[in-house]
Amino acid sequence: MAPRAAHELPPLPFPIETFEFHWGKHHRAYVTNMNNQIQGSDLEKLSLEELIHKSWNNGEPTPVFNNAAQTLNHTFFWESLSPNGGGEPSGKLAEAIKKEFGSLDKFKEEFGAAGATQFGSGWAWLVEAGGKLAIRKTPNAVNPIVNGEKPLLTLDVWEHAYYLDFQNRRPDFIKNFWNLVNWDKVRLG
Amino acid sequence: MNSYSMTSTLLKMKLTKVTSMVPSTVHQTSPHSIRVTRTPRPIRARFTLVTQAMSFSLPDLPYAYDALEPFVDTQTMTIHHTKHHQTYVTNVNNVVAKYSDLQGLDLVELNKRIGKGEVPSDVSTALRNNGGGHWNHTFFWKIMTNPSNTSGPGGKLKQAIEASFGSVDALKEKFNAAATTRFGSGWAWLVVTPEGKLVVTSTPNQDNPLQAGLVDQAGTPVLGLDVWEHA
Repeated sequence: MAPRAAHELPPLPFPIETFEFHWGKHHRAYVTNMNNQIQGSDLEKLSLEELIHKSWNNGEPTPVFNNAAQTLNHTFFWESLSPNGGGEPSGKLAEAIKKEFGSLDKFKEEFGAAGATQFGSGWAWLVEAGGKLAIRKTPNAVNPIVNGEKPLLTLDVWEHAYYLDFQNRRPDFIKNFWNLVNWDKVRLG
Repeated sequence: MNSYSMTSTLLKMKLTKVTSMVPSTVHQTSPHSIRVTRTPRPIRARFTLVTQAMSFSLPDLPYAYDALEPFVDTQTMTIHHTKHHQTYVTNVNNVVAKYSDLQGLDLVELNKRIGKGEVPSDVSTALRNNGGGHWNHTFFWKIMTNPSNTSGPGGKLKQAIEASFGSVDALKEKFNAAATTRFGSGWAWLVVTPEGKLVVTSTPNQDNPLQAGLVDQAGTPVLGLDVWEHA
């Protein structure tokens, strides 16, 4: 019997260098710095989301907010990606997208525009807000949970997310994102 | 553009007191040249032609793209200048082209008006981001030079730094702290405040201390450092 070709290590969704920096340095630094900030205080007892709400402090965020929120934002981001991602949503999510935005393409256009027009650092989001789907863009570390909304999907548009692979071309990065979205992880409440 | 519309543009610019498009301390490597043409007809007060007002242009770097190696690499300088800074220039021009009141303003004056809210509200954010970005980067290229040429501040600047911070090293410490603690995108600055003091400050995104009213500490920048990740 002829030998079968060897199995192959599947690719990462981004080039490994991007992960080495984005996950290994940026994300790791947020976690480390947050832990250093809360060490020895009552804040240590809170869950990550509780810590984010508390440090958001009704819009006057305390120093730990940036690190706590960025920790959650990145964790959520990685979970919604896959090297085998892309394609289309199905079931209730697909219906909801069609209902709210008209079509998947229209949704992608609006989500992409949010990501492209968030000036400086920030994130684009698909959220559930008041029982409906909505698109948000937030600056820096802000996560829509501070407004009581439920994130379903996010895209990091800080320059560190795309610079190694796309340099200044954020729109190209956003276009490529649709090949990576793991729609199974985008779950309606 | 025919000579009549060029004349009308020039006349309009004369009426609005055109100064240079970059801060007066900048040496322009490619100055705009203005040519006045004579017209036999009396100049009308209103012009129906859409005149092409002087627009901002991307200044050349004062040095080659590799001049700041090994501290800032050639590719970074190239993308930073030809893509990021160029985009700010293009965008601010697109906004200014739509509003005759904004045309002919020099870049410093534009930023000051942005800070005072004396710009059309529907484009105030676009002006803040792109008018700020254009000034910031124009300033930034100027204050840097190739590494072999820096020997620290001297003369009056050194005296002022020592009077305000104790030493040049103390200034660097404060400045570095402002730069590293500016979360997200932004700039660190050493400014001369309206009260004549030397102060370290930072701004988010493309805001700058000329935009008094929008920033924590207004002033005239003496030093600036781009801490956007693209830098």
